[in-house]
Amino acid sequence: MIIPILRLGKILLTSIQQELTDADVLQLQSDLLRKVSEIEALGVIIDITALEVVDSFMARVINDTAGMARLLGAEIVICGVQPYVAMSLVEMGRDLIGADCVFNLDQGLKLLEARIAVRGDAILSLEGDEYARNDRP
Amino acid sequence: MREMIDPERVLIRDSTDIVRARAVARQVANQIGFTLADQTRLATAVSELTRNIVQYAGEGVCEIADASGEEEIRLRIIVEDNGPGIDDIDRAMKDGYSTGGGLGVGLPGTRRLMDDFAIESSPGCTRVSIALVRRRV
Repeated sequence: MIIPILRLGKILLTSIQQELTDADVLQLQSDLLRKVSEIEALGVIIDITALEVVDSFMARVINDTAGMARLLGAEIVICGVQPYVAMSLVEMGRDLIGADCVFNLDQGLKLLEARIAVRGDAILSLEGDEYARNDRP
Repeated sequence: MREMIDPERVLIRDSTDIVRARAVARQVANQIGFTLADQTRLATAVSELTRNIVQYAGEGVCEIADASGEEEIRLRIIVEDNGPGIDDIDRAMKDGYSTGGGLGVGLPGTRRLMDDFAIESSPGCTRVSIALVRRRV
């Protein structure tokens, strides 16, 4: 199964719309990282609003993906964890999801924007297709 | 007379069966009258246990049965395989211990999600039995 990865300027957005097999999850991880590297994405949003189950494997892959994206130079946020998913994950074990989480896409974009601004190496511009470097006049 | 739901047996051979088993568990739990939170706990537990089969044993069975009584609703799930078995069950039940490169929360996490948890393992037969019980309202 191919999960679409959308591009919004220097942000990549992917929304998981159905239950994924382990192979699908790992495929998404490598597709996402390749795309991050390819366009030198500044931020990544993974939307899991539609996921009704996140088990320890899925949690690990999400965390790993976040760590890998950071190594490449991108910030990453998880969007839309469902309440029952949060309950099960915390009951199973603390810290299963270490990445930053937000309610919705809007907050996700704002958080990424703030993060990238703090980093200071680039300014995110969602209006244009390109981001502006700080060293531009 | 209450109507009992027939037990479901899901054959587990690869990671697509994990998705199928947890969907069946959720559906049966829903039919019996478990809340969404409990359906998610059950689906997550099934996901953890059936993944162990795929990862360590290769093939096994997940049996999902309505074991409700007059006073309570009870979903009992037995996950069984004929794989190599677990060397040291006490260690396998500890947080953070994994021989398969996982997070090591699968078994202890499942125990925390469920009301009943029993495990027996010897070379050639591993059997995990779990149940969630709620008073009828």
